[in-house]
Amino acid sequence: MLRYYLKLGYLSIRANPALSLLMIAAIAIGIGACMTIVTVRHVMADNPIEHKNDVLYHVQLDNWNPNDPYEDPNEPPVQVTYLDATTLHQAGRAHRQVISFKSDRVVQPEDDEILPFQQEVRATTGEFFPMFDVPFLYGSGWDATADRAEERVVVLSAPMNERLYGGEDSTGRMLMMNNEPFRIVGVLDEWNPVPTFYDLNNNPFVGSEEIYTPFSLAITGEWSSSGNTNCWKSPDESGYEGFLNSECIWIQMWVELPTAADKQAYARFLDDYVMEQKELGRFPRPLNNRLSTPEEWMINREVVDEMVSVLLSIAVLFLVVCLLNTIGLLLAKVIRRRSDISLRRALGASKTELFRQYIIEAGMIGVAGGIAGIGMTWLGLRGIENVFSEYDFIQYLVTMDWQMVGLAVALAIVSALAAALYPTWRACRMSPATTLRIQ
Amino acid sequence: MLVMNDVSKIYRTDTVETHALRSLSLTVDEGEFLSVTGPSGSGKTTFLNIAGLLEELTSGTYELDGRNISSLNDKERSRVRNEKIGFIFQSFNLIPELNVYDNVDVPLRYRSFDAAERHKRIMENLERVGLASRTKHFPAQLSGGQQQRVAIARALAGEPRFLLADEPTGNLDTNMADSVLDLLREINDAGTTIIMVTHELELADRAKRNVFVRDGELYDGSAEVHFAAAATA
Repeated sequence: MLRYYLKLGYLSIRANPALSLLMIAAIAIGIGACMTIVTVRHVMADNPIEHKNDVLYHVQLDNWNPNDPYEDPNEPPVQVTYLDATTLHQAGRAHRQVISFKSDRVVQPEDDEILPFQQEVRATTGEFFPMFDVPFLYGSGWDATADRAEERVVVLSAPMNERLYGGEDSTGRMLMMNNEPFRIVGVLDEWNPVPTFYDLNNNPFVGSEEIYTPFSLAITGEWSSSGNTNCWKSPDESGYEGFLNSECIWIQMWVELPTAADKQAYARFLDDYVMEQKELGRFPRPLNNRLSTPEEWMINREVVDEMVSVLLSIAVLFLVVCLLNTIGLLLAKVIRRRSDISLRRALGASKTELFRQYIIEAGMIGVAGGIAGIGMTWLGLRGIENVFSEYDFIQYLVTMDWQMVGLAVALAIVSALAAALYPTWRACRMSPATTLRIQ
Repeated sequence: MLVMNDVSKIYRTDTVETHALRSLSLTVDEGEFLSVTGPSGSGKTTFLNIAGLLEELTSGTYELDGRNISSLNDKERSRVRNEKIGFIFQSFNLIPELNVYDNVDVPLRYRSFDAAERHKRIMENLERVGLASRTKHFPAQLSGGQQQRVAIARALAGEPRFLLADEPTGNLDTNMADSVLDLLREINDAGTTIIMVTHELELADRAKRNVFVRDGELYDGSAEVHFAAAATA
């Protein structure tokens, strides 16, 4: 019977092209508006490291002002001080630990044709790569020895390697930055987590950095942070050394703790550490350490802008309006086809069979609306891209994946079926005798 | 056998109550060709709709082949309509977007016949009405008489015990009406019970038995007598 109903649906759509097109258009516009915002929200809320969500933890310690929390009601600072980052890192109490910050350097390409350019660089520790499952095209990252020895090594992203070396294996070659040579030890494969979960304090939608260097080397070279830096009191000493010893927060710290017991032990270790520091006159606020999974951290930092949620509500309302229009159009169609409905009833179709027939027809309109809706979504995303074209990161937010394509079609079908329920119910309740008599 | 006892049908609105049928009792035996005549608005079509399970009666009892119809749910009523009753309408009621073959196929789709069985029945009945060569034609490409023949083939495809015809020649010229009536006689001779509603005396004469309906009441006997009575009333 399904094939028969599909055939009837096709014939009905063909017999009423204008009405059918109007319905498909109403669904497509509603789906397009809704899915445009859903797609942006989906990208913003995506957890790029979901597969390790239960083993990775962002570290927070509350070294802030005793009279004023970092954020209300009682949130600890979102980054850690150099003093705490390096002490905790050196303690090595987690399975893996990473400390990092964002800086920038002037890259001086070998190729004279390419002018020197300023580039954001991530200064980090060697475990950054295995901890975040960063894929390599050539070579690898650096190890703890290189961290300790402050080796002049760098890892390039695939686009940077393409730009500087035409995409060939550049490992072993020297890259000049700020007149200092760095040996390339690795080139990343395609890796661009959006949002950049490992550093949500600086715009998480700008994409990952294209050059990575050892943290220790950056500190020795007195590289300044190009990310957010916050202090609740002025450093006691001046200069870079004074900054390093200050209570200013500017470093992101992550640890990998494979089991719940590991997490518990590490939390105890953090508490002990802070208690010890309190004795030295630091950490004037009550104990308030946090270990957050990437997902918890993204929720905490409200990666999904509130405006997007408001827009999503408006888009859903718009979809509802489109569906109400579709209901009206379906009712008009049912009235036009009442003789067909009555005749089928007279010839032996039960209400259930008629219901199936009309629901399948509505489903077909839903599929067509969904496919057209994907096109409308694509147009909507291109519109957003054009309106916000001055923001580099916008390209990462307007990407539609297969999950979203599937969702668009599914939403369209569900919407069409929902819209068809009332008209179909009306169709099934029609008295065949009345209509056949009108004939 | 069709047995109606004391059947009444009342249409109610907020302000008006219309008695379409009043205590109608009728028995139609297997193989009869019954005509139901009466003036417009007398209740003929209401009677046919109730007989065809398209409407529910207000009071009384209706048995079809020994089954009390009033107690059936929608699914069961649909099944009885599909398996035991064939309909022929004045305006043919073919589905315009389906070709002749698919129009005849409609009632068969609601039975669990396989494709081969459906094909056999469709072709047999189209041959019976002389339209086997027009399977791909659409209703708009056929004459009125041909459309009514397709409707008859559709009604017969399910091999119903009862054929209910509502003014089957009302939209046809005399020649076409004659050929359709000949076909109905032929079908009746083959054993199908036919109940035909008409207001045309000549047609009623060609039935084996006639009943007359006026003001929702049924009078059995000769149509001429009752028409004469109606004319003088």
